[in-house]
Amino acid sequence: MRRPKIFYGQLFFTLVVCAFLIVPAILSALAGVTENFFVGLKSGFTFRWIVEVWELYSETIYLSLLIAVFCLIINLFIGVPAAYSLARIGGRTARIVEEMIVLPVAIPGLAIALALIIMYGGFRDFRTSWSFILVGHVLYTLPFMVRSVLAVLTSTNFKILEEGAASLGAPFWHRFINVVLPNAKPGILAGSLMVITLSVGEFNLTWMLHTPMTKTLPVGLADSYASMRLEVASAYTLVFFVMIVPLLIAMQLLAKSQRQPKKLIQDEDAH
Amino acid sequence: MSSNATAVTLHKCAKTFEDGTRALDPVDLAVEGGETVVLLGPSGCGKTTLLRIVAGLENPDKSGEVWFNNDDVTELPIEKRNVGMVFQSYALFPNMTVAENVAYGLRVRRMSKPEIEARVLEMLKMMRITELSNRNIDQLSGGQRQRVALARAIAVRPRVLLLDEPLTALDALLRERLRVEIDSLLRSLAITSIYVTHDQAEAMALGDRIVVMSKGKIVQTGSPREIYNTPKNSFVADFIGTVNRIPSALINGIGTPKGHDLVFRPEDAEIVEKSSGQFNGKVVNSFFLGDRIRLIVDCGAPEHITIESFQRDVIEEGDEISIRVHQDRFLEIN
Repeated sequence: MRRPKIFYGQLFFTLVVCAFLIVPAILSALAGVTENFFVGLKSGFTFRWIVEVWELYSETIYLSLLIAVFCLIINLFIGVPAAYSLARIGGRTARIVEEMIVLPVAIPGLAIALALIIMYGGFRDFRTSWSFILVGHVLYTLPFMVRSVLAVLTSTNFKILEEGAASLGAPFWHRFINVVLPNAKPGILAGSLMVITLSVGEFNLTWMLHTPMTKTLPVGLADSYASMRLEVASAYTLVFFVMIVPLLIAMQLLAKSQRQPKKLIQDEDAH
Repeated sequence: MSSNATAVTLHKCAKTFEDGTRALDPVDLAVEGGETVVLLGPSGCGKTTLLRIVAGLENPDKSGEVWFNNDDVTELPIEKRNVGMVFQSYALFPNMTVAENVAYGLRVRRMSKPEIEARVLEMLKMMRITELSNRNIDQLSGGQRQRVALARAIAVRPRVLLLDEPLTALDALLRERLRVEIDSLLRSLAITSIYVTHDQAEAMALGDRIVVMSKGKIVQTGSPREIYNTPKNSFVADFIGTVNRIPSALINGIGTPKGHDLVFRPEDAEIVEKSSGQFNGKVVNSFFLGDRIRLIVDCGAPEHITIESFQRDVIEEGDEISIRVHQDRFLEIN
């Protein structure tokens, strides 16, 4: 099929826009592996900045990962049952509750952080521990897990499946684990990836909540841009990319495999 | 009829939903052990609600009772009633293969692995789907899914088998074929079965007894023959097969009940010579159906009547014919 001229025009435009977005990121990443940013690549290729980042900020990277994992675990234990309950109840009540869960996404992270500090700032030990940041992350990521699982559940008519399982004698737990959860799996997976990605990259909330002892990766990144050499900050950005990009690709692949309809055998031969 | 099969008795079961809809007025129903009862009626008549009350998916309004033999199961949820259920949409588990679906009820009952395998194989053989054992559900055709749903329901050897319009989702040819299979399956199992459908041909083919329902009430109960030949009222007469109505004023008095409308079935009308006919009409439409002809006739009644004749005469639109109905073929209805 011969493509019309307008296709090439559109393609060119898209590539230019992408370049506009990507080139600065690539330059920034490049800066992280050159000897001297202002001289450019000519000054030589080096890993020393990355090594320096590791020496200075490895704790923030670990903390970010730790918080992301715990955030995911809490989301699984709270979010999945919540989505199931909402799907079962349905109707207006469910919609109202869903809107309430989604609220933290609409409110600026700074506002939520402020609210948390006002409420719990008095509890010294809590305030200065990383679990304080974890709370903020869970508030922010929960709607994504709930929405993701809820979407899959409402599209699979799981109520009939549950009735089928119940008719065969299965009590609630048995059919929740063997019928409902496996069929909600795509939603749970998609939600999980989203939660981890959002948690690792979360800045607004964490910036307000952090203490020098509880810095996450994005907070450390801001810190390094403010106080370190540009090369170090760029190397830090590169580390961040290396962590995040595989997650994003995984999310994309998962979303794509969900959208492809499964093959059906046609009904030609009546069995 | 099997003597150790479960008899199902419903006593004063009604159902009003939360939003106020009255789905079922208080009904009584007695199903003998091993019998196949068909709940027949148009949509919204309450037949599915009644089935779900027997299943335990709905609770009857207070003072309604459900008995399986001598056990009051009204308070038991469906998980504890040991029923087998086939849903209109089959409700097969997409995350499991055919064999796993059939095995599900057995797994719940914690049967041993070799026992489960043996029973699953037995079921697949009975439904003639052994070759589908490892297929995923979404790779199956409608008819195949139907068989898996049946296999899964009877694998647990339920006391009662409940079928909610299982053939509705299939095309006409498949429906007829499966209807015969389900009929022989139910007979060979000798299991008490309650079957819901809106298709009267299905009901006649499958039911030992038919329960005709309308607007939440049971209108008539009886064998297919009773329902067809002696419908209690015009709703039943109209719902099962076709029925013709001729005002008595148009009829020559030979052998007809005085003063009544003449109500009869299309196949009970005979096309005769003008002298021996009870009434005359003009053929409006003529359909050659191979083994018979179907005629739509205008005889001055408010509606055209339908006649089916096995006579080999060629009768065409515009022909004037005379019709006679034998005395004991009238339907007595108000």
